[in-house]
Amino acid sequence: MGINKEDIEKLYEEKKVEAESSGYKLNPDVDFTLGLMEGLLINEKRYGYQSCPCRLASGKIEEDQDIICPCDYRDADVAQYGSCYCGLYVSQEIANGDAQIQPIPERRGENEEHKGVDSSFSSSLSLPVWRCKVCGYLCARQQPPEACPICKAKKEKFERFM
Amino acid sequence: MEWKHVDGEDRGKVNFFALSTCIWCRKTKALLNRLGVDYYYIDVDLVTGDDVDKVRDEMGRWNPMLSFPTIIIDDDKVIIGYREQELKEALGYGDK
Repeated sequence: MGINKEDIEKLYEEKKVEAESSGYKLNPDVDFTLGLMEGLLINEKRYGYQSCPCRLASGKIEEDQDIICPCDYRDADVAQYGSCYCGLYVSQEIANGDAQIQPIPERRGENEEHKGVDSSFSSSLSLPVWRCKVCGYLCARQQPPEACPICKAKKEKFERFM
Repeated sequence: MEWKHVDGEDRGKVNFFALSTCIWCRKTKALLNRLGVDYYYIDVDLVTGDDVDKVRDEMGRWNPMLSFPTIIIDDDKVIIGYREQELKEALGYGDK
């Protein structure tokens, strides 16, 4: 599955700008990170979306929504272990070279939250509140935004919060 | 379901469930190659047709989370994740 070098580097630059503009850090090991970009592009080519290169995708977007990069587990893993599951996003400490990446356990499936369980919400609000499942950003509007203004996650990554 | 064989020094039966895109799996392959150990691996994401369920069932017996890399030594010891020192020790290369 040939992915050309320019595309890999282009995605890397995009991810880096995106991460840094929303308060995240990419892994400072550039070769490693370029390897992850290649994996994302291979997945995009075969599945149609950039699912995590270090996880087994089903190939069905509705089942893989939570592992499309950036995944729903990034913030929790960066906070607890200093990096996301595949090692693309890292804590400031690891970005500075003050700590090493460690293998981290799979958080996916730990609870059923990512399946988007729907329940009844308060109807006393003038507008529904939407929560970005990637970064926790909240907004009150009829529909979630096209992209999260904080982390740039797509609309599909939002859940009804209130 | 086809396991790929990498010829090398016999340190027991080494079966390695990998993903072709996984960077930690690539690092594991590089480590095993550097050590020169004999091992079998399968890129689970490249499996097709009826083998998809078969490989998931087989792997699930060792690691129900189906997370990668998963290495099984002598049908007994399971190492999940890229754990360089643990893997070396399990293969008898603790001093390398």
